[in-house]
Amino acid sequence: MTATPQRDFRLTDSTLRDGSHAVAHQFTPEQVRAVVAALDAAGVPVIEVSHGDGLGGSSFNYGFSHTDERDLLRAAAEVRRNAKLAVLLVPGIGVADDLHEVREIGVDVARIAVHCTEANISGQHIGLAKELGMEAVGFLMMAHMIEPKELLDQAKLLEDFGADCVYVVDSAGAMTIDGAKARVAALKANLRCQVGLHAHNNLSLAVANSLAAFEEGADQLDGCTTGLGAGAGNCPTEVLVAACEKSGIATGVDPFKVIDAAQEAVRPLRPLQGVIDRDGLILGYAGVYGSFLLHAQRAAERFGVPCTDILLELGRRKAVGGQEDMIIDVAVELSRRAATAQAAQA
Amino acid sequence: MKLPCAIVGSGNIGTDLLMKLQRSPVLEPVAMVGIDPQSDGLTRAAELGLVTSAAGIDWLLERAVDLGVALLFEATTARVHAAAAPRYREAGITAVDLTPAAVGPLVVPTVNLDRHLGEPNVNMITCGGQATAPIVAAVSRVLPVPYAEIVSTVASVSAGIGTRQNVDEFTRTTARALEQVGGAAKGKAICIFNPADPPILMRNTVFCALPDGYDEAAVADSIEAMVAEVSAYVPGYRLKAAPVFDTGPYATPGGPAAGRVVALLEVEGAGDWFPPYAGNLDIMTAAAVRVGEALARERIGVSA
Repeated sequence: MTATPQRDFRLTDSTLRDGSHAVAHQFTPEQVRAVVAALDAAGVPVIEVSHGDGLGGSSFNYGFSHTDERDLLRAAAEVRRNAKLAVLLVPGIGVADDLHEVREIGVDVARIAVHCTEANISGQHIGLAKELGMEAVGFLMMAHMIEPKELLDQAKLLEDFGADCVYVVDSAGAMTIDGAKARVAALKANLRCQVGLHAHNNLSLAVANSLAAFEEGADQLDGCTTGLGAGAGNCPTEVLVAACEKSGIATGVDPFKVIDAAQEAVRPLRPLQGVIDRDGLILGYAGVYGSFLLHAQRAAERFGVPCTDILLELGRRKAVGGQEDMIIDVAVELSRRAATAQAAQA
Repeated sequence: MKLPCAIVGSGNIGTDLLMKLQRSPVLEPVAMVGIDPQSDGLTRAAELGLVTSAAGIDWLLERAVDLGVALLFEATTARVHAAAAPRYREAGITAVDLTPAAVGPLVVPTVNLDRHLGEPNVNMITCGGQATAPIVAAVSRVLPVPYAEIVSTVASVSAGIGTRQNVDEFTRTTARALEQVGGAAKGKAICIFNPADPPILMRNTVFCALPDGYDEAAVADSIEAMVAEVSAYVPGYRLKAAPVFDTGPYATPGGPAAGRVVALLEVEGAGDWFPPYAGNLDIMTAAAVRVGEALARERIGVSA
């Protein structure tokens, strides 16, 4: 272990967790080793590895993993030297007991994710993480859906359960700069624990929102190299590091090494990552959970309905994270509606 | 002649149960006990002519013989039921357990009730289990199911603090029911709370892995027949669309599968004590009454 370099906030790279969505959960141990080794060498302090939907996410509903996430974590643990290892756990999908095993593999940080209004389902998971000696991070997903004051009430619950940090999570990439600032500021002003922002890039604001969050006092920020992640992708780690460097904000990460890591270890996995196409933009514009993207594209093809219509309908129904099954429901209904309309015309 | 029964727990579940039991042709709710003298549930039950007490299970057990109570519904918590179950048994009282304690076998009325009519204690699993295990059973009576997975989504306002403090208990118990009651080799349950306003109806999606050579029509017919059977006691239980079949292959935790069937279900409550969106609570009380009635017929030979 080397001494911790000076830094103004702590960066968590989620390429191997949020990025799992973008590769339909097909990461291999070889890919994980290459990415972790490169990020660790660049000085990234925390690296998250899990199924995109967190521990236990491998399923019909979210997609089966190519390789069991515990094996991916073992691969990561083999090659990391200084970085802390993190996992995501979504109560209702994974169970607290899943934390025992990953703790033994060497995971240091448990990030417990809930829909932004449902903080009180995470008490047992945050509690166990602390009991096992892990750092516990509370993750308030789809935080654009509620006002800063309501978000603060939920954040306080997470803090009371023992969270060391509470994240404002822009799962839909729907937050404007003002929205991100207001939410981070509300939490910073009223919590004793740390505050973070997890940004998505659907409105091309991920880096800007992250820098704005830093200005409001955010202690932790998330990125994914190349932006590899759900929907239109995340805040690109290497871009954030470069922008911070130019702004005089210390990240503790070597910009050239992380740029190389992104280009050489991650870019080949998905060469077009970072393009905000129609579906990606619609997600952010309509405030729809980013992980729905590939599932909605598949359902659009399977049932012969436009993907945009599926995404907009999911937004209207206020679907929350994890409701991938609703995509089938919506697609079936839209295709039935189209057939009825066609029959009426004939 | 009706069989006298008691309700333990004077909260919302106990109250909804009472409303359903009052319509029963074979069960007569005679007593409700709780632990809070200020409980609205006890007041309502007393107004409806039940004997009530805030002195809890002790009070009930002292008077069970006088009241003729040989059957009770437990609508408290898993911890309370686990402690009380041996005492009920000793007193010769059959318990229909609506908590996740699972002291007795997991029961779904349309699937395995016949096999457990002699049990002193039966468990109603979870709302997700009551809604989805019958569908898995419907598929597994046609062909072997290596893996079944369900997603239960309920309106946030319909999930009480007990459920919220122990979501893992819900997912684990429901997964177990997919195996033990549904007949899948391996089960997985996912649970989601949706805060949309107005509240959403309870939704359940059931995925069953299908082995090579499956017959789509036979599987779909069996699912549709099961939905009709369940809707006999939960009128708002319905398929949102015809079962969807997808061709694999899939590498499931229960082994490779050639395809899968997806059943999309919605449960609208009867609107007795709970609002109609709370189909998750309604299916629990409706199924419990169904089980209680079958036990009553078995105990006293009532034919109704």
